[in-house]
Amino acid sequence: MSLLAEVTGSLGSIGYGLAAIGPGVGIGIIFGQGVQAIARQPEAYGVIRQNMILGFALAEALALIGFVAPFVFGK
Amino acid sequence: MSLSNVVASGLDCHLNSGCGFPAPGAEIFNFDDIAHFTIVNTEVHLTKITVLLFLSVALILGFFIYAFRKPKLVPRGAQNVGEMGYLFVRDGIAREIIGKDGDPYVPFLFAFFFLIWLCNFMGIVPFAQVPVTSIFAIPVAFALIVYITWVPLGVYKQGFRGFFGGMLFPPGVPKAMYVLLTPLEFLSNLIVRPATHAIRLFANMFAGHLLIATFSIAAFYLLSASVIGLLGSAASFIVAIALTGFEALIQFLQAYIFTLLAAVYISGALHAEH
Repeated sequence: MSLLAEVTGSLGSIGYGLAAIGPGVGIGIIFGQGVQAIARQPEAYGVIRQNMILGFALAEALALIGFVAPFVFGK
Repeated sequence: MSLSNVVASGLDCHLNSGCGFPAPGAEIFNFDDIAHFTIVNTEVHLTKITVLLFLSVALILGFFIYAFRKPKLVPRGAQNVGEMGYLFVRDGIAREIIGKDGDPYVPFLFAFFFLIWLCNFMGIVPFAQVPVTSIFAIPVAFALIVYITWVPLGVYKQGFRGFFGGMLFPPGVPKAMYVLLTPLEFLSNLIVRPATHAIRLFANMFAGHLLIATFSIAAFYLLSASVIGLLGSAASFIVAIALTGFEALIQFLQAYIFTLLAAVYISGALHAEH
């Protein structure tokens, strides 16, 4: 089988970059919508903030796994 | 090799001296033993991390015992601060997430919140300067304690069938979907959930510490007799300071998120999902 394309160098960085795309979009949506919700309904600030941070934590975990994986499998 | 070794081995390593940038890696989280001894055939290794962990526990215990040693109806001084912390966890996390029956779980959440916050905070304390939670074993232990709390709690409150049935066979779904849904629910609730709970805290602290270390080493490495070197060094130093401030925010946020998620899991164990 002939080699069509090859990536060399710090593959971990590339992997992390790819892994960060999804959570990046997700976190943007979460906080964008959260701020919009607070602007529409300032009296519900407490509940909105709580759920916003919860969603942020869940989305962010994906990016962080992408960050840690190169350290684990990089050897 | 610890961070001091990295710095010591590269003391003459500057821009233009041809040694290349000594980028820090995962090895900066390995610490040499301060002391080790054997207790009943068990080797005990004391490292900086162990010492900082015990210090955090001692500080938390000391402060809150001091704050509430003689509680008064009208709080003053340390008791005021202690009550603010308690009310933050009770009203902001336990009652908000779990509801009215959340009060028995406040001590559990309270201990987690302040211990994790202080453990994280060790990352920006001068001379300590490593977050205790950036060593994977410690967040794993925390997450396991939460895990072995909410699973038995759910079985106790809802019964074995009620708890696992509600979790693995969510109601209101066509029967055929369970073929797909049940393995996914099992994986996400019982395996991925505790794993991400630990990884989230660990990776945030790990990444933050690595980031500060990278810019601190860059400030040192770029320090050389050239305009670009000096400018780069100053810029890196300023970024390292700014990141320290940013880390202070992240440390609080991660302690809050960990406690919040623990409360969400306990809430899920107490109340059946509808």
